[in-house]
Amino acid sequence: MSRTFLGMPGRALERGFPANAAAAVRDSQLRFNLRKATRTIRGKRASVVAELPDWEGLRQAGKSIKDHTLRNLDRYLLQLEGAVTAAGGHVHWARDADEANRIVAGLVKATGETEVVKVKSMATQEIGLNEALAAEGVTAYETDLAELIVQLGDDWPSHILVPAIHRNRAEIREIFRKRMGEWGRPAPEDLTDDPRALAEAARLHLRERFLSTKVAISGANFMIAETGTLVVLESEGNGRMCLTLPRTLISVVGIEKILPTWRDLEVFLQLLPRSSTGERMNPYTSTWTGATEGQEFHLVLLDNGRTDVLADEVGRQALRCIRCSACLNVCPVYERAGGHAYGSVYPGPIGAILTPQLRGMGSELDRSLPYASSLCGACYEVCPVAIDIPEVLVDLRAKARHPRAERLGMAAAGWIFNRPERLALAQRAGGRLRRFVPKRLPGPMSAWTDTRDIPDIPRESFRDWWDRTGGGQTGTEPRDGAAR
Amino acid sequence: MRVALFITCVNDTLFPGTGKATVTLLRRLGVDVAFPRAQTCCGQMHVNTGYREEGVRLARHFAEVFGGYDAVVVPSGSCGAMVREQYPRLAPAATEEVVPKVYELSEFLIDVLGVTDVGAYYPHRVTYHPTCHSLRGLHLGDRPLRLLRNVRGLELVPLPGAEECCGFGGTFAVKNPAISAAMCADKVGNVMATGAQVLCAADNSCLMHIGGTLTRQKTGVKIMHLAEILAATEATEDAPAAATIERSAP
Amino acid sequence: MNARDQILARIRGAVTGAPDVEVPRDYRGATGPGPGAGTAEPRLIDLLAERLRDYRAIVHVVPEAEIASVVREALARRAAARLVVPDGLPSAWLRPPEGEAVPYETVPYETVRDDPELSAGDLDRVDGVITGCAAAIAETGTIVLDAGPGQGRRALTLLPDYHLCVVRADQVVAGVPDAVAVLVAERPLTWISGPSATSDIELDRVEGVHGPRTLEVVIST
Ligand code: SF4
Repeated sequence: MSRTFLGMPGRALERGFPANAAAAVRDSQLRFNLRKATRTIRGKRASVVAELPDWEGLRQAGKSIKDHTLRNLDRYLLQLEGAVTAAGGHVHWARDADEANRIVAGLVKATGETEVVKVKSMATQEIGLNEALAAEGVTAYETDLAELIVQLGDDWPSHILVPAIHRNRAEIREIFRKRMGEWGRPAPEDLTDDPRALAEAARLHLRERFLSTKVAISGANFMIAETGTLVVLESEGNGRMCLTLPRTLISVVGIEKILPTWRDLEVFLQLLPRSSTGERMNPYTSTWTGATEGQEFHLVLLDNGRTDVLADEVGRQALRCIRCSACLNVCPVYERAGGHAYGSVYPGPIGAILTPQLRGMGSELDRSLPYASSLCGACYEVCPVAIDIPEVLVDLRAKARHPRAERLGMAAAGWIFNRPERLALAQRAGGRLRRFVPKRLPGPMSAWTDTRDIPDIPRESFRDWWDRTGGGQTGTEPRDGAAR
Repeated sequence: MRVALFITCVNDTLFPGTGKATVTLLRRLGVDVAFPRAQTCCGQMHVNTGYREEGVRLARHFAEVFGGYDAVVVPSGSCGAMVREQYPRLAPAATEEVVPKVYELSEFLIDVLGVTDVGAYYPHRVTYHPTCHSLRGLHLGDRPLRLLRNVRGLELVPLPGAEECCGFGGTFAVKNPAISAAMCADKVGNVMATGAQVLCAADNSCLMHIGGTLTRQKTGVKIMHLAEILAATEATEDAPAAATIERSAP
Repeated sequence: MNARDQILARIRGAVTGAPDVEVPRDYRGATGPGPGAGTAEPRLIDLLAERLRDYRAIVHVVPEAEIASVVREALARRAAARLVVPDGLPSAWLRPPEGEAVPYETVPYETVRDDPELSAGDLDRVDGVITGCAAAIAETGTIVLDAGPGQGRRALTLLPDYHLCVVRADQVVAGVPDAVAVLVAERPLTWISGPSATSDIELDRVEGVHGPRTLEVVIST
């Protein structure tokens, strides 16, 4: 499989996840920011989900609608294409990031414009569209507040929904003060770190841009095959600005974002807002069909590795994902490692299963992602489309290439476990050597003993005790303080 | 009813006391429990580390060993979850008969035997960590808590952030030591906040991890498997060496 | 092979042999009554008002006859001097409470019509906009506009900083499925749940970014 580009810098890609994460754990500011943010959103989500008596029914419906759609994806894409075209829109197909970028750049240049406004979209981050447009002399302005923070800070997104989650208010104020002027209207002199003031600064900074820019680029949360309707959920109104004001609208959307019928929205417009921002409904949802209110509309349908994922029986469930980010917010690993450690625009539990599938497991990082989880199952529990992330992680682990020492160790353990006599012998050997086990172990096992003691090895295993005492019916306890 | 004990390889090798406690407890409740000698490991370590073939072999072996019993009792949430969640994917045909007969200890006590008061006595301040696989894999719910609440003398204190993972995760603890240790540090902080003398769980692997940190930090908090508390009586309380010795004491 | 054919071929190759699934709809579906089907229960109106207030919208629940006076007071409080009024807005909503037929020109603010179409700059300079809606969802505190009569095109409710929306009782539905059932997919829809907001800074909700920072809703009973 060719290496699919997923919009991330080399930095995080060079090392495996454990090294990236270890560096992040030492960053106390980052950990504080993430802990605060993820805990806030967890609580909100839990309370609005608990409000609905039929959440589990919605979740099962959401899961099944997506599975059914994926099974019939070719048919629904053609239906969508027909409906969008009939409504005056233009549909383009892109096999990979390069092709999508070429199509978009071509469409922008055909308008004669050199500036575009963008509403946050994972698909365009994934294909690195901003960089591709810059290479063609087109400047893309991010308009989502968090994306703006990331763009002004020369940073990378670290969360699906809140790309600047790793930044706190004081850091954001600094970024605005230092960089806003380079991109347009500068931040007010007396800018404070009050979130209201920061939001106001973004409003003023972007206002002119919205009123004057002629081309906008968006993604979409859903596309309705039956009617050709696209749906975008957002909070700030920057989405509405982009979707409404410019003369030309270009939407880049992954092929899996489709829903068969208009009615299916009744499920997803309940699942998504409650799972993502923890609100009963997000402030704004826009739907449009084809060329609307005199706009020119282009839809770019993106594959970029998705059909490879679709071919995997276990892994394809990752394509059900509606990018709500609930799994990130509950993940104890994400909370401590942050998004950058995952080396992809898709961080957290969904990133750990999606990135290695989209990109393959050729690099150290991508091989380490399926192991970036304690398999605690919190992600599966909150996922609104019931993606069994632990199941996919375990499946990917079976497909990954394993280090030689580990292979040998696992083979040895397997050999022992295959025969109870061998297990008994190994236990007795351990029991005899118990006094010689050091408090700190060498080699890879030092990873354990750096922070934890190892338990004492008992003199007698359970099975030997059972044999000796007839299951505790006869005989006495060996004199062994540690074995209770 | 023919009842077998699946001790699990971790308990067998490192925590035989949990096995003995389980046997003591079940006998006290009138259950004649067998220990099939041919049992080894459920295969969880292999499967979760990416060695599926060994896992399939061990799943089949499990089905052969335990196939003839009416119920299989497992004093481990994660091994129980392994059997129930993963066997149907790994070796569906071979394991479909045995899987529904496998019970984690608290399930067996409450759902099969119908008891919540097992006649235990344990006069200590205890907090309970539900462990991920017991909670989200087996959905044990409040079963262990119901059992603990009926232990005479026991003061049960709620654990803040109880549902959060302790950071063990099998090979995760070794492959991602920094994150694992950070998770454990938070868990230990929560345990300390309760003021409990004893941390209890239905899974010795998580306890080994948290306990290893508790002793490294010289906190004095003991770890106890659920079976060990439920097996305790006035008699064992009088002979502390039999029930409450700190695991790490040499 | 072109991209379209290749993607479709890859999809077909990927899913051959995979089983299809039935969709269980084991959740609360559309119950009605939809718009026009009679007056919504008072329970729903109270819920809508409560949920809108949760988003920090300003909400009034009044008998239909009092809409005009509430609107007038709201505009006076807001000191809105120039107000966009989309075509098709019931003129009774802007009439003084005495009930006399008074033309727009005599009300204490200037009304601006979107005909000929206002530019984005024009819209940016008005003080507010008054609209009706196509439906409102009680459970989620959502108002849906479909660019129909009395609502205007989408930009009208986007650029002005103040949006005053009148909801008729018979437009209030219980939940999301009811709204999806009565709305028309082919129309451009804007679902509005409170004023524009962001949670991008430390996941703390702050009202007021690019869309109207103040949303005021008059629900008639
Ligand atoms: S995997 Fe599930 S929980 Fe995670 S972002 Fe996707 S839909 Fe949301």
